[in-house]
Amino acid sequence: MAKISAGSAPFDPFVAAQVLGPEAPPISERGTFAYLRGHLFGSVPQVLLTLFGAWLVYVTIPPMIQFFITDAVWSGTNREACLPDKVGRAVGACWPFIWAKFDQLVYGFYPAAERWRVNIVYALGAVLLLPLLIQSLPYKRLNAIAFFGVYPVVAFILLTGGDMEPKGFLLSWLGLGGLFSGFPAVGGLQLGFWADYILSAILVTALAAFVCRAVAGPEAMRPAIRSTLVTFAVLAAVLFAADIDLGLAPVETRLWGGLLVTLVIAVTGITVSLPFGILLALGRRSNLPLVKIASIAFIEFWRGVPLITVLFFATYMLPLFLPGRLTIDGLLRALVGVALFASAYMAEVVRGGLQAIPKGQYEGAMAVGLRSSLMMRLVVLPQALKLVIPGIVNNFIGLFKDTTLVLIVSIFDLLGAMRAAFTDPNWATPTTLFTGFGFAGIVYFVFCFGMSRYSMALERRLDRARRH
Amino acid sequence: MSEATDSAPTHGAGRRWSWTDPKLRSAVIQIALGLLLLFLLWAFYSNAVANLARQGIASGFGFLDNRAGFAISQTLIPYNEDMSYGRAFLVGLLNTLLVAVLGIILATILGFLMGIARLSKNVVIQALASAYVEVTRNLPPLFQILFWYLAVLAALPGPRQSWGFGLQPLFGAIGNGLNAIGLGVIGGPIGAFAAGLGAPSVFVNNRGLVVPRFFMESGGTLLLAAIAAGIVIAVLFSRFAKKRREATGQIYPVFWIGLAIIVGLPLLVSAAMGFPIGVERPQLRGFNFSGGVTVIPEFVALLLALVIYTAGFIAEIVRAGILAVSKGQSEAAHSLGLRNGPTLRLVVIPQALRVIVPPLTSQYLNLTKNSSLGVAVGYPDLFSVFAGSTLNQTGQAIEIIAMTMAVYLTISILTSALMGWYNKRVALVER
Amino acid sequence: MKKFLIAATAGLLAMAGAAQAATLDDVKARGALNCGVSQGLPGFSSPNDKNEWSGLDVDFCRAIAAAIFNDPSKVKYSPLSAKDRFTALTSGAIDLLSRNTTWTMSRDTTLGFNFAGVIYYDGQGFMIRKSAGVKSTTELDGASICVQTGTSNELNVGDYFRSKNMKYKEVIAFATLDEAIKAYESGRCDAFTSDRSQLAAVRLKLTNPADHLVLPETISKEPLGPLVRHGDDQWFDLVKWTYFALLNAEELGITSKNVDQMVNSTNPEIKRLLGTDGKYGEGVGLTADWAVRIIKAVGNYGEIYDRNVGPSTPLGIERGINKLWTEGGLQYGMPVR
Repeated sequence: MAKISAGSAPFDPFVAAQVLGPEAPPISERGTFAYLRGHLFGSVPQVLLTLFGAWLVYVTIPPMIQFFITDAVWSGTNREACLPDKVGRAVGACWPFIWAKFDQLVYGFYPAAERWRVNIVYALGAVLLLPLLIQSLPYKRLNAIAFFGVYPVVAFILLTGGDMEPKGFLLSWLGLGGLFSGFPAVGGLQLGFWADYILSAILVTALAAFVCRAVAGPEAMRPAIRSTLVTFAVLAAVLFAADIDLGLAPVETRLWGGLLVTLVIAVTGITVSLPFGILLALGRRSNLPLVKIASIAFIEFWRGVPLITVLFFATYMLPLFLPGRLTIDGLLRALVGVALFASAYMAEVVRGGLQAIPKGQYEGAMAVGLRSSLMMRLVVLPQALKLVIPGIVNNFIGLFKDTTLVLIVSIFDLLGAMRAAFTDPNWATPTTLFTGFGFAGIVYFVFCFGMSRYSMALERRLDRARRH
Repeated sequence: MSEATDSAPTHGAGRRWSWTDPKLRSAVIQIALGLLLLFLLWAFYSNAVANLARQGIASGFGFLDNRAGFAISQTLIPYNEDMSYGRAFLVGLLNTLLVAVLGIILATILGFLMGIARLSKNVVIQALASAYVEVTRNLPPLFQILFWYLAVLAALPGPRQSWGFGLQPLFGAIGNGLNAIGLGVIGGPIGAFAAGLGAPSVFVNNRGLVVPRFFMESGGTLLLAAIAAGIVIAVLFSRFAKKRREATGQIYPVFWIGLAIIVGLPLLVSAAMGFPIGVERPQLRGFNFSGGVTVIPEFVALLLALVIYTAGFIAEIVRAGILAVSKGQSEAAHSLGLRNGPTLRLVVIPQALRVIVPPLTSQYLNLTKNSSLGVAVGYPDLFSVFAGSTLNQTGQAIEIIAMTMAVYLTISILTSALMGWYNKRVALVER
Repeated sequence: MKKFLIAATAGLLAMAGAAQAATLDDVKARGALNCGVSQGLPGFSSPNDKNEWSGLDVDFCRAIAAAIFNDPSKVKYSPLSAKDRFTALTSGAIDLLSRNTTWTMSRDTTLGFNFAGVIYYDGQGFMIRKSAGVKSTTELDGASICVQTGTSNELNVGDYFRSKNMKYKEVIAFATLDEAIKAYESGRCDAFTSDRSQLAAVRLKLTNPADHLVLPETISKEPLGPLVRHGDDQWFDLVKWTYFALLNAEELGITSKNVDQMVNSTNPEIKRLLGTDGKYGEGVGLTADWAVRIIKAVGNYGEIYDRNVGPSTPLGIERGINKLWTEGGLQYGMPVR
């Protein structure tokens, strides 16, 4: 620069006519060679690491392919097909073992003639769930109601066979059962129960109206009556569906097993834990000290103990704390335990979402005069829940994996059914164990990996949405 | 639920109860909730009392003093059948703590390695680490425990065909190798040294890992004192080194010097006493090895599964933590002339820890809680010994489950508190 | 919150339909007996691929169902591990535990149960691999032993080794029988200890039964029997007398095949048992011909034994001390009078 300005020589100084394009990087920094140098063989430690990695791949992948595919036995009727000295060659995975046990792994002991019901439940679940997961499809609200509200009832009736024969409702429980004992049952419907139910509904509604009037004045009566009646009507619809005899053969839950139990527990756990978790999360952020303390104690207690103690408690001790000889189905007890446990975890996920909502949203809602319940329902929760969908999916993955624990309380989920299959002497071969673990591992992996990918995609999407 | 806290405008003397009055409403809700909770508690209590009375079951904690009568396959403190259920409880608790503490340490190390490997520039390492993380995180922990126990146990030989490991084969191989490449000068003595070492003393079989037991013949307390003194001196030295560094900029290799003091001092002391350390080698006698220390396969399977499972999650936490530190930080460190190692250690990791510690805490808690799955493979942890054997022999279900839950709850709360304290220390780095 | 609470309470109350009643009334109202059995022990209680249960313990459940409903199939089986069985009975999840359970004093008293009888007199033994070359339990010094947790076997091992001045290497307790067997089979232990009948059954589940043998010594008394909860004497009586009815039927020569002719018998003992003389069945809350229903459905004790565990079955266990007292055994049915 100095040269140019100092010089008074009679030639024009060089001025570039246009901006020059960037130079190509030097040969050492581009092409395959540079890639290899940068990512594989840059330095001595790099080379060693690469070789170590290659060695690891070499010692794991080819033997696995050999075991599961090339050396595997694909057909046969008993263990003879998979014994090396009978087959006359090295034997890998014994797939006929899986084929033979497949029904047990998927349905447990569910009666063969009734398995179409399980298939319908599987198919219906997939049909309702998929559109819920794909963000671009419309009718999310309707879809969510169908999946979280209607589907569980339908699945329950299909799987158990319905026709629950409830014995009595509020009034019977209060010792007035004699009033309703003479009623017959029509079409599976227990008329005595329904008489009790309708009377109870009227009484409770009247009581609610009276209490609300006394506490909050006459203007509170109408909403109180309405909400009580709606609650009873919804409950009645569910009970009615469960009570009516549809001609399905009843199937006890102790016959359920395998993947069916795994899915029932995971889906019930997540469906039940969502409302409870939201309530607990709201309770934890409440200004009312007692509500707050009770919520925190509940959440921290269930989060602090292992699931198997919870399951053990629910399975063997819950009946001790319930009145008289009230017996609850074994699977239902495990479900209660899982629901309590999952609710506590769900509460923490939802709390994260609530905390992420800026204070301005709360203040804005209050400024336009919304009551706190409306503020939550219309402003805060819709935003918060959207934020925590990935967290909910992650919770679901955790729950899906945790369902394996029910085998400790003698309920046979997929892993339990697999382990029971291991003890069958008809299929005792040197490779049965590895085959079984391989198959169960693939099933668990496909479910969990798929869901985790989905939650990651959602997260990216939410990130993008928030940035704009 | 978050009502405005300021009270409603006060009415005159004829003030009426109103549902819109937040004070009243909060009182009503809380009283209702309190009553409901009291009712539930009372109902549970009275039902339990009635149910127990009907069946004539005694309650109380007196059973803890009774003779246990069953054996436990891994005991860290002396235990035999004549001792009490209370002692068995303690044995189970210690077994749980052992697997939890070791698991946390190993999972942290493996998790950090894997997390850093996932960010490696080396594509092979990166792909392997990713595969590790995806596979281990997506398989249920119980599945992994059973896999390690059943599948791996089936592949191990019986005690009489044990795989022996020891210094002799190792040094022998080294000596032979050196001889082979023409370095007989070094290889010869090493080979001779190996021949003098005797038979292998570490064995692996389907009864577990058998290793020699070392014990102090005399002067044990002196050696312990030396170790304690070594630790104290090392801590003092690191303080001094920090002060010097801040005052003069001079850097000491604190880690190596500290290690030398902690290891060297006890070594010197024991050398002065003429190495009074006895070795009890395991020997095959009858069915099994006797002598030495046996690490049971249940423990190995449980620990292995917990470490591998949890490390997958820790790897993801570490990766996210490191990615959360902006690239400018490491670029600035590089431009100051720091090499890769110090950049990572002094600049990136301290900042990443702030992001890492809270989720790491919950992983530690998960690992501790998952250790109760050992019951599925017969590892005598708290759940298996106490809520399993003891519960069945005594039938005191309520007391035992309550105690078990209380223990896990206490461990959880303590771990949370400890990590919270550490988190505060880490967070203080920020100004 | 409020709405939810109402719904939750309503739901709870709907479930709480069943009021307190005696076990027999519960069973009748339910239309089925809830019977706790083991998780799969050939000869005692095991399901086939269609989940149909069979075995000695199962037949006892069926006998009770036949006495109450005249239909032995009205039983709901709860497969229970040794670890879970007592809590299941205590909590009311099952009405009757018929799951090779040893009658001990603490179980009968402080645990809150009543044993109805001894359906199988057993003793604890050891199973070991033939390749170990061991012929007697006294040679087990230094062995690793697998056992199922929560059993009396778990307690007997230590006492036995001490009494013989031996030391075991370790006792590994597993939560379920399958886990214990799997561990024994994979070589984790040298010996598996349990009741001898169970060992015979377990041996059949191993890959190569011929490679294993049950050592000859019996190290303990294991009287196995069905049990019920404290607090319902009528139910206890029903279970107890069903057991005696099975024994008396064998003693009197009544079988499932000839019971219809036996009803016309003039033998006063047979008449009292089958309800043609007196109404003893009403004493246990049933009708006079209760024993006829039982015998028709499952046969007498001898038939049950021979069908499930006797010499002609894969288990092939001789009657031994389980013979009737008239033939020098211990099975002794109290008189119906």
